[in-house]
This record gives sequence, C-alpha cells and structure tokens, in this order.
Amino acid sequence: MAVIDSDDFVKALRDMGFDFFTGVPDTILGGIIEVLSERRLYTPSVREDEAVAMAAGAFLGGKIPVVLMQNSGLGNALNVLMSLHLIYRIPCLLIISWRGFEGKDAPEHLVMGQTMPQLMDTIRIPHRTLVAETLVEDLRWTAQTFMDQRVPVALFLKKGVVKTIQP
Amino acid sequence: MRGQGVNGGRPEIMRPEEGVMQSRAQAMQALLDIVGGQPVIVCNGFPSREAQKIRDRDENFYMIGSMGVAASIGLGLALAQPDRQVVVFDGDGNVLMGMGTLATVGALRPKNLTHVVFDNEVYGTTGNQASYSRVVRLDQVAKAAGYATVERVWEREDIIYEFTHMLANDGPHFLLIKVNEQIEDADRVALDPADITKRFRAAVEQN
Repeated sequence: MAVIDSDDFVKALRDMGFDFFTGVPDTILGGIIEVLSERRLYTPSVREDEAVAMAAGAFLGGKIPVVLMQNSGLGNALNVLMSLHLIYRIPCLLIISWRGFEGKDAPEHLVMGQTMPQLMDTIRIPHRTLVAETLVEDLRWTAQTFMDQRVPVALFLKKGVVKTIQP
Repeated sequence: MRGQGVNGGRPEIMRPEEGVMQSRAQAMQALLDIVGGQPVIVCNGFPSREAQKIRDRDENFYMIGSMGVAASIGLGLALAQPDRQVVVFDGDGNVLMGMGTLATVGALRPKNLTHVVFDNEVYGTTGNQASYSRVVRLDQVAKAAGYATVERVWEREDIIYEFTHMLANDGPHFLLIKVNEQIEDADRVALDPADITKRFRAAVEQN
C-alpha cells in the first residue's frame, strides 16, 4: 500500500487553498503536524472544541481552516460542530485519525473506532476515508463539498496512510 | 448585611461592590458606545440577546449555542485578522466551561484580542444558579495564564477607562467586569444563524 509523504500532503492542502491549521495531536497525525509546525502554519489548541471554534473564528476572518484531531477528540468537539458550524454554515476541514479501526487498538478507542462513520452520518457531516491512491480525488471532493454545502467536512486518516514521525 | 434580593434573592452576604455595580446591559452599553467598528463576538444566552437589543450592528457575532467557546472564536478571528482589535463579550459560566482557552490565549499572546467577561457569579440565563466565579478569581487565572493586561472593575468610569485603554494598546487584554444579576428584557436573537455568519463576514471583510 502506498504511503503519502507528510510534505506532499501539506502541499496538497495548501494548493487547495487551506491556510489556517489548528488541532490537538495524535501519533497518526504526528508527521503532518511536524511539517505544519516547521512551516509556522500550525496553531496548537488544548481541546478539540476549542480547535473547531478557533477554526470558525478564522473562517469568519476570511481563512480556510483545517482542524486535526484524534477521533476521541471528536466527542469533545461535537456540541460546537452541531450548535455552531452546522447551523451557522461555517465550514472547516476535519482531519480525524481513525483510532480503533477494525477493533485493533487500545480499549478506550474501540467504541468510537467502531461507530465514527455512523456518528458522522447521524449529525450530517460529510466524510471520506483517505486513501493514498485517490488522494487528489479525495481532496477535490473535500474542497467541493466544503464550498457547496458550507459545513464541516471530515477526512478519516487510518494508521500508515500518511507517513508519521514514529515508524 | 443581607443582599438586596435581585431576581429571587440569594441569601448570601452582599458583595462589597454590590451597591455601585452596573447591570450587564448597562456595562455592555458603555462598551458598545466606544467600541467603534471593531468586531465583537458575543457569548450565548442573554448576553447576545442584550447586545442585539442595545446596539445591533453588523460587526456583532451573536452566539446562540456552543457555550464555552466565545474566546476561542475570538482568538481564531484575531489570528486571522492581526490588524484588527477583536473584542469578546464573555460570561463567567462561559469562561469556566472553556477555561483551557485562557492558557491558549496566554501562550499565543495575540496583541489584538480584548477579552471582556461580564461576571455576575451566576448562570443567569438558566435561573441564577451559582457559578464558581464567586470563589475562583477568573482575573487571577487570566493573569497566571499570561494575558498582557488584566483588570477587575465594577464602576462605570473604570469600565470605560480600562476598555478605552485596552482598545488602544497591545494585548491580549482581560477585562473582568463585576455586574449584578439583573437581566434585560430582551428577545431571542432574531437573525437566522447562517445570516449572522454572512453579515459578520461581510462587515469584517469591508473594514
């Protein structure tokens, strides 16, 4: 299976126009956050609800925001996504690491790992799972949905799809 | 000395500053008189309703939900627009809910953020349940977190003086205004949330 280089992934996002990056780290996201930090593009947040709200503020100020988070943090962010972004039509790209995928992870990740796609369907946040072979098409769909629907759009990131700092 | 029994009357001892305290609406009016064209993020509940009633303006962003993240929205806007003074109208319950954001602001130190907290020591929108701000000094938390300026005021002249000073100088600023529990008779936010977004973005873009 092909692996996406973190540099290439960040470049692809930048080329699509994304210009504000915040989030809370996860090991799967480590490589991306490292590249963003090196380029002084990343503003660390302390909680995922804060991160999505900061992204909303950045959008109000004309930026096109991205929030990186582990899927456990999606739980923290839910109320803000539902009672701010979705009703105010404030879009952002959510890059969510898929911990607990197929039950192969620590116990705390299993419930969210199993239910995340249905959860996103329930609250009506469009989502896709990122695959190296279809990266360009996945990002194009993301940008299109972002612009057309003006809602948060999620890309799920499984372990090993984008290179991490820890092998 | 007993409290004056505003809004059902708490049985606690009267706060020392209570006699000269403003209502939140009075304090908010004083701030909106001098804020100029600066964008203001207003927290959910009665603060947004009161701001709409006192002075509805395109540069007001009214939150109706997402309690706890007013300062986070303001921070994101301040980072996106570093040349504008961004103002947040927050409440004690909101700050307590998102207290981690005081650390984020203190660490990032955006020069253009003025964080105003109307502290009435209660969850006023839901029936005046007591909040911890009566025992936890939120201004001291903000100071420890690293805000550049921190002031705690309750008299009208001080509110105006400090806010004027903050708008004209580098922050981040934290203005804690002790207010009484009185709630203005104000309707729900009339605008559709999506229209609030459109109106606010257009206003921020223009200036």
